[in-house]
Amino acid sequence: MASDPIQEEIARTIAENDVVLFMKGTKQFPQCGFSATAAKILEHLGVTFKDVNVLEDQAIREGIKAYSNWPTIPQLYIKGEFIGGCDIMREMYAAGELHDLICEKGIPHSHHV
Amino acid sequence: MAMPAAEIERLIKARFPDAKIELKDLAGDNDHWAAHVVSSAFKGKSRVQQHQMVYDALGGRMGGVLHALQLTTASPAD
Repeated sequence: MASDPIQEEIARTIAENDVVLFMKGTKQFPQCGFSATAAKILEHLGVTFKDVNVLEDQAIREGIKAYSNWPTIPQLYIKGEFIGGCDIMREMYAAGELHDLICEKGIPHSHHV
Repeated sequence: MAMPAAEIERLIKARFPDAKIELKDLAGDNDHWAAHVVSSAFKGKSRVQQHQMVYDALGGRMGGVLHALQLTTASPAD
């Protein structure tokens, strides 16, 4: 893994940003309903996050699936840890668990649910 | 590029024989599914691990042939 430049780039992006969402499109212009939902959840929580548009880079798009052993986009990472895709984010958000998690991890956010 | 309910159920059952599976056809097109899967195999696993187990049972179809599956998982005690 360490010798694969794409895997290294992904690891670096995740290490350098507390909250990263790999998505189709951008947070301003999501290009898939699932990615739009994921971005919206983070916006509801008032979390600042880095969005990585996988549609701009086929290598990242495939690489992120290998990185996490997860077959779909979007994918959320908080403090280096893979949290889940759209379904898990939705479930955690509805249960208040996503808010608890960002509190635990010390992620600044403006809305408290 | 659709995957019928029976096929999804068969693949999940083959891996988790005790699984209770509820499938909902979200768009009425045999292609956008919501699945709720309950199995004792999920006990003690994180959500991510539970979903990975289901995706693994689906043998790489998730994200391919099966492009829209909303998944929730639980173990019987939950």
